[in-house]
Amino acid sequence: MSTAPAPLLELRGVSKRFDKHLDFAGRIARKLGSRISDETVHAVDTVNLAVAEGEVVGLVGESGCGKSTLGRVVSRILEPTAGVRFWKGRPYAEYDKAADRAERLAVQMIFQDPYASLNPRLRIVDIVGEAPVVHGLIPRREQAEYVAHTLGRVGMDASLLRRFPHQFSGGQRSRIGIARALAVKPRFLVCDEAVAALDVSIQAQVLNLFIRLREELALTYLFISHDLGVIRHVSDRVVVMYLGRVVETASAAEIFDRPNHPYTQALVAEVPRIDVRRRHFVPIRGEIPSPLDPPRGCHFHPRCPRAFDRCRVEAPQLREVAPGHHSACHLNDRPS
Amino acid sequence: MSAPLLEVEGLRMHFFTKAGVVKAVDDVSFRLERGKILGIVGESGSGKSMTGYSILGLVDAPGRIVAGRIAQNGRELTTLDETAWRKLRGNRISMIFQDPMMTLNPVLRIDTQMIEAVQAHHDVSRDEALRRSREALVRVGIASPDERLRAYPHHFSGGMRQRVAIAIALLNKPDLVIADEPTTALDVTIQGQILHEMQALCRESGTGLIWITHDLSVIAGLADDVCVMYAGRVVESGTVDEVLDRPMHPYTRGLLDSVPSRNERGRPLAQIPGMTPSLLKLGAACAFRERCPRAQPDCAEAPLATRPAPGRTLRCLHPTP
Repeated sequence: MSTAPAPLLELRGVSKRFDKHLDFAGRIARKLGSRISDETVHAVDTVNLAVAEGEVVGLVGESGCGKSTLGRVVSRILEPTAGVRFWKGRPYAEYDKAADRAERLAVQMIFQDPYASLNPRLRIVDIVGEAPVVHGLIPRREQAEYVAHTLGRVGMDASLLRRFPHQFSGGQRSRIGIARALAVKPRFLVCDEAVAALDVSIQAQVLNLFIRLREELALTYLFISHDLGVIRHVSDRVVVMYLGRVVETASAAEIFDRPNHPYTQALVAEVPRIDVRRRHFVPIRGEIPSPLDPPRGCHFHPRCPRAFDRCRVEAPQLREVAPGHHSACHLNDRPS
Repeated sequence: MSAPLLEVEGLRMHFFTKAGVVKAVDDVSFRLERGKILGIVGESGSGKSMTGYSILGLVDAPGRIVAGRIAQNGRELTTLDETAWRKLRGNRISMIFQDPMMTLNPVLRIDTQMIEAVQAHHDVSRDEALRRSREALVRVGIASPDERLRAYPHHFSGGMRQRVAIAIALLNKPDLVIADEPTTALDVTIQGQILHEMQALCRESGTGLIWITHDLSVIAGLADDVCVMYAGRVVESGTVDEVLDRPMHPYTRGLLDSVPSRNERGRPLAQIPGMTPSLLKLGAACAFRERCPRAQPDCAEAPLATRPAPGRTLRCLHPTP
C-alpha cells in the first residue's frame, strides 16, 4: 500500500485548539480577583498522519475525541492552530494561489447528516452542479448533462434532476451528498460518519458504493466512524484517537487481531457481534473526560485497567510495536 | 400455568391520515415471561417503536389501536381509561426513550424529577423518595449520586443522561421495561456499560425487558427471544439462536448478510436491493416481495403467520432453506 514515495496527504504535528475567551462580565470578575480564565479545548493534539495514494484510512474514536475536527482540518474547512499539512509532498503554503484553488477541490468532504447537509431550497441539479460550474470545470450549458452523469455514478436516475432534497429518502440523500463531492473530481474523500444515519440494509448499499467508487475513480479515503464493524470492512489502515491524540495505528487486520493499546482493546472487545450470544458485558469504566480539562499524563489512564504511576505523569509517545504498528502506551516499555 | 408477564395478540395500530390509512402495526403477536429479554428488530418505519408505544398506551390521534389485545399479567390494557394508565405507567411499566431528554425536564434538578416520580405512585415521605432515587442512581452505575442528584440535566453528558433516564424508569421497580433504541446515540464503551446494567437488572429482579433496536448484533448479545419486523408486521420470531443461526425469512437473511463483520473485508457487502416501501401504499401482499430474491407470483397474497417449529413464527410462503 505505502510504496509510493511521498504520501498523497500528510499531517505533521497538527493541532487544533478552540479558545473561548472571557466575556465582559468574566473579564471584570477576573480584574476583581476571580480565578477564572479563558477556556481552551485541545480538539486535536499534535497529530501525525500520512495517507498514501489509493489507501483507505479508517479513523475511529468515541464522540468528543476530535475525529471530526481532524477530518475538517484535513479537508481544509478548518485551519490548524499548529503543524503543517502536506499535499503531494509539499506544504500547502508553497502552492501559489491558482494551484491552491485547484488543489482545494481535490479533497472533498462527505457529511454525516444527509438531511442537514443539503440545501432544502435548491434542486438536485444545482446542489450537485453548482461547484463544477463556479470552478469552471464545465460550462453552465452542460450542467444538467454533467449532473445526470454524476448521479449515474452513484446509482441514481437522471430523471430526478429537478427534484428537491425533501423528495428523497435518507439513503438517496446520502448518494446526493456523495455525488456533490464527486462533481468536482476529487482525489481524496473525507467521509465523516457518512453511513451512521442509515438503516442497516441501506448502509450496506452505500458502503458498497464507496468500495465501487474507490476502484472506478482511484480515490483515497479518510473514513471517519465510530462503528468498528464498518471501519474493519472498508479500511486498509486504522487510526484510533482518544481525546485529541492518536493512541494507535496499524493495518486493519492487525488492529482487530492484535490490538496493543488498552483503549483499542476495550473498543474491539466492546463491539457487539452477531455470533456472540447472551454475552456477559464487562464494560470499561467511566466515560471520555472533558477535553476542556484532560487528565495529565496518558489521557486514558483514569479508565485504564492497567494504569500505573508513570501513566499519571507522562504522556506516552507513539512507538512502533510491530512493523507498521504504532501504539502510545507505557506498558510497551515494561518487561512483560 | 400463570399468565405471562406480557402477551400481545393480533395487535393492529393504524394512523388515519388525510392521505389514507397507515398500518403502522399490523397483526403483531408475541409474549414475554418474567426476567426475559425480548428484542424487536427492524428498520425505520417497520413499526417497532409504535408497537412499544401501543403497549404503553401512548398512541395519539390520528393513530388508534384498531384490533388486538395486550395483557399484562393477564390484565387487559387496551381498554384501560386514563386514570388507570396513570397508575400503571412509570410504575409497573416504564419506558426508556432513544433521546433521554424526552424523559428529563431540562429546567428541573434531577432530585426534583426523581422524587416526583416516586411520590406519584407511592405514599412515602420526601426523604424516603430521595433515598430510593439515590439507590436507583447507584444501580445504574452513577458515581457520587448525592452530587448528581443536585445537578440539572445539562450538566450531564449524553451517556450520563441516558443512565439517569434509565434510573428513573427503574425507580418504582417495574415489572416491564420497554427500551426504544436507548443506546443508539451512544459510544460503544458507554453502550457496553448500559447493556451490562440492564442485563444484571433483568437477571436479579425478574423484570421483563423489551429492547427495540435496528442493530441485530446488540440483540444477539442481549436478548433471549427476537421478533423481526418489516413494514408493520412481525415477519419472523423465535429464540435468538434459532432466528440468527437459521433465519427463514429472506428479509432476516438479508439483514444478517449485510452486517459488515460477516462479510469478507473490502469485498462488496451482500445487500438488500431497493428501499422500505411506503406504508401508505401497502396492500395485503407481502411487503418485502419487491426486494425479495425468492419472491413468486403467489406472494401477492397476504402471507399468514405460520409456526414452522415450536416457539417460532414465520410470515413467508417461500422461506430460505
